[in-house]
Formats: sequence, structure tokens, C-alpha cells
Amino acid sequence: MDQRDASVPTISRIGPFRASIATFGALIGSGFRRYATYRQATIAGTFTNIVFGFLRCYVLLAVAANAAGQRPAGYTAEQLATYVWVGQGLLAVIGLWGWTELADRIRSGDIAADLLRPVPPLAGFLAVDLGRALHGMLTRFVPPLLAGAVFFPLHTPTRWQTVPLFTVSVALAVVICFGCRFVVNATAYWLQDARGPITLWTLSAGVLGGLYFPLRLLPAELTVALWVATPLPSLLQTPLDVIAERDGPALQAGLVALQVVWAVLILALGALVQRRAERRLVVQGG
Amino acid sequence: MGELRAYAALGAAQVRSATTYRTSFLIELFGNMGATVFDVITVLVLFRVTPALGGFSLAEAMLITGLSTAGFTLADFAVGNVDRLKSMVRAGTLDAVLVRPLGALPQLLLMDLPIRKALRVVFGFTVLVLAVAANDIDWTPARVLLLVVAPVAAAVFFGSIFVSSASLAFWWVDSGEVGAAFTYGGRDFTSYPMSVYGGWFRGLFAYALGFAFVAYQPALVLLGVPDPLGLPAWSGFLSPVVALAAAAFAAGVWRAGIRHYRSTGS
Repeated sequence: MDQRDASVPTISRIGPFRASIATFGALIGSGFRRYATYRQATIAGTFTNIVFGFLRCYVLLAVAANAAGQRPAGYTAEQLATYVWVGQGLLAVIGLWGWTELADRIRSGDIAADLLRPVPPLAGFLAVDLGRALHGMLTRFVPPLLAGAVFFPLHTPTRWQTVPLFTVSVALAVVICFGCRFVVNATAYWLQDARGPITLWTLSAGVLGGLYFPLRLLPAELTVALWVATPLPSLLQTPLDVIAERDGPALQAGLVALQVVWAVLILALGALVQRRAERRLVVQGG
Repeated sequence: MGELRAYAALGAAQVRSATTYRTSFLIELFGNMGATVFDVITVLVLFRVTPALGGFSLAEAMLITGLSTAGFTLADFAVGNVDRLKSMVRAGTLDAVLVRPLGALPQLLLMDLPIRKALRVVFGFTVLVLAVAANDIDWTPARVLLLVVAPVAAAVFFGSIFVSSASLAFWWVDSGEVGAAFTYGGRDFTSYPMSVYGGWFRGLFAYALGFAFVAYQPALVLLGVPDPLGLPAWSGFLSPVVALAAAAFAAGVWRAGIRHYRSTGS
């Protein structure tokens, strides 16, 4: 007979590694369910994404129609349309805007309760955010893409590796975007009110992430500098250039590799900031 | 008279509260302007790779962007905060506004007069002035009058869009971002020549909803350029008429919404 009782599973039973994987998975599930409850908001957001998709697509197509060789910054009209519509789909997946949960919890003091949990805040919030992104991928990604495909000629990937590479790139973008938001929010540990940094983030993430226009339209040196020196182009520009096949296979893979570097760096920075903040909190609160 | 004093008191309280936390206020002041600055920069970046957009040069396109930006920032400053309505309906705090013997809409707007958005208005009108200077406009009394009237009409139009889309919350509490498609979407739409857009999308936004008359048609009159889409030359002067129609519509929607409102009871 099965001897298992209702007691809490001990660490020795399934091993610490498997236990933390299970916890991480449960948190991803909870993030997914949390966003699945806002069904009307999902519909409303999708509608708005589609309207903006039409706007941006028409404007960029008008740019392409008059540009030299009809290829502004090396994109064909179809590639630009793909850039716009996949971008509108990804917007809600990577969650560029509107996350102030950590800053709010720091300001209200609720963060103290989070520190007592066995999961460190960085990992806990990351898991919930991955669940949110998964929900976004299933509900918010496809409708704008369908709308775009119905009303505009889109570029269909021609290389076998593009779609798998794009999937990896999106996952990395989600992690990088979360890391950036975590660090921006964490400034509240020192500032109490993170509104300033969050405003700055909202502004720069949209423009320098490649949402308003492909960054390739800027002078080449500036684009390269942004890509190498900041994580921002790794948020939208990279996955979009990958799926639009703007570059050759080598550069396409190289951009994703750069994303890996940024994902590691930004998570390390997040962990470092959190450690410093906790030390400070202990000193302050005893 | 007493009513006016009450409104003035509400407004003055806002100025005091905004200036209390000075650093935070300054950050928001410049942050808010930043968003509008980037909209204009986007137009400049696009023109880096193309000599013309929808048949218009950079200077001409900037006049359209300037009219739209000036009107939008003014409207956003005056009534943009009406979009807080959805959280008030959800939380039931709208009841407190309704029981006071003052108009609900003016109270709502004065309860949070966004002084932090003031710099944006200044920037919006600066773009308009620079765009007017950059174009070689053949001034006539009618054009001077239009240049004065058009930004105000644009502001009234955008204000009506703000009120109408916020009123959605009376019927659909979780309307979320739908309003943004028409407010911020409308701003982006009117920032470019209508010849950029095509198909039913242009028909719907430009003519059925009237966005073409915010900046594009008045700009054509100022520039003395015939409309590539075929509307007659005088259609630019329709912008105040379209704005008044939008305002009447918004007032109707708002009143119907207030009548429809059932408190959450909390």
C-alpha cells in the first residue's frame, strides 16, 4: 500500500533540484492562470494592437514605396509588413510596458513577505512572468499576425532555421525584458518611488527596442552601438529581424547569440541588485 | 458664482499637490514631454530614408504632424485624464463625484488636472510654429484664421475622442486598451498624410470617424496644395464643423453613460 500521507513533501523525497523545478513550474502555471482571467482585457488589447498594426504598416509601406530601390534600410515591403505585424503580436508577449509590481511591493513593504519565501524574488517573479508570456503567446500573438496576413502581403520565412531561431529569440527577449523591468523596478529599494526610472524605461524601450520604427533606419553606427551597448534592441528588433530574414544566416544567428549574452548579463545584474538591496533592507529594518 | 469658486478650489488644490513632490513632478514633466518628442523624431527618422511620404515632403508632412501634435497635447492636457473613469467605475468611487452638486465631468477633470503634461503642450505648439516657418505659405486672411482655428478644433476633436472612449467604461468595465486605439491611435493616424493609408482602413478612420479633418485637410489649405485624394479645396475649413459634431456626439455618449451607470454598490 502507498505509504504517502498528506504531509508536505520533504526535500529528501524528490531531491532539492527536482523540488525547485516543481516550484518553478507551479509558479509559471500561476502566472498563466492569473492572466487567463482577464479575458475581456485580452480582447481589448488585441483590438488595439491590430489598429496600431494597420497604422504602422501603412506608414512603413509608404516609406518603402518612395525609398531608394524601394528597400529602406535593406527591408523589402513584405519584410517590413512582417516586421510590423509580428511586432504587434510580440508586444504583449514580451510585456514591454506596465509592470510595476515589484516597485509597488517595495513601496508598500510587502516585499518583506516575499523575502521569507523559499524562492528568491528574482526567480519567483521570472517564473510568473514566463507564465504571463506563455499566455500572451497563445492568445495575443496570433490575432495580429492573422490580421496582417489577410490584409497585407507578408514575407514568409524561406530558411529552415528561421522559425526555430525565432522561437529561441522570443524566449530570450522575454527573459531580457523581464530582467530590465526587474532592475528598473528594483531602483525603488533606494528611491522609494520608482516612477522616474519607470517613465524612462517606458520611453526608451518603445523607441530603442524597435517598436516605433526598425532601428536599421538610423545611421548604421548608431544602430550597432545600441545593439552592443544596450539590451534594448534585443527586446523586439532582434526577434523581428530574425523572422523577417533581414540578414544572412550568420548574422541572424549572431544576433540571437548576442541576446544570450544580454539575458545572462541582465539576470546577473538583477541578482546582484537584489542581493545589495536585501543587505540594505536588513540593516535598515533589523 | 459659488459653483465657479468650487471648481477654482479644485483646480488650485491640484496645483498645490503637483508642486509638493518637486523631483517627482519634474521627472514626470520631462517624461511626458519625451513621449511626444519621440513621435516627432519618428517622422524625422522615416524621412531619413525616403524623400517623400504619401506625396509630401518633410516640411509639408511636419505641418500635418505639427497640427496634430498641438491639438492632441492640448486635448490630453485638458481632458486626457478622463481615462481614469474605468478605474473609478470599477472601484465605485464615481459615486462620490455624482453626489456632489457639481457637474460630474468638470469635477473628474479638475480632480487630477495634469500639470505634468504642460510642457508637452508647449512642445506641440513649438513643432507647429517651426513647421509653419519651414513652409513657404502664401498668407491670406482666410489662411491666418485657419491656422488659429485648426489647432483648437483639433483639440476639441481629440477631447471628444477622449471622452467618448472613456465612456465605454460605463458599459464595458474591462474596456482596457480599446480607448487607446482611438486616442493615441488617432494621434498617430493624423500625424501622417492620409494618402499614406489605403483601403477601408482609410475610409473608416479618415472619413467615417473624421480624423482626416484634424490636421490633413487644414494643412492642405495652408499649403495651397490640391488633395491627392480628391476632396475640394474648401474641405480644410470643415475642421471646426467636424470638431463640433464630435463634441456633440461625445456629450451624448457621456450623458447616456452617466444615466446607464449603476454603482458597484461597494
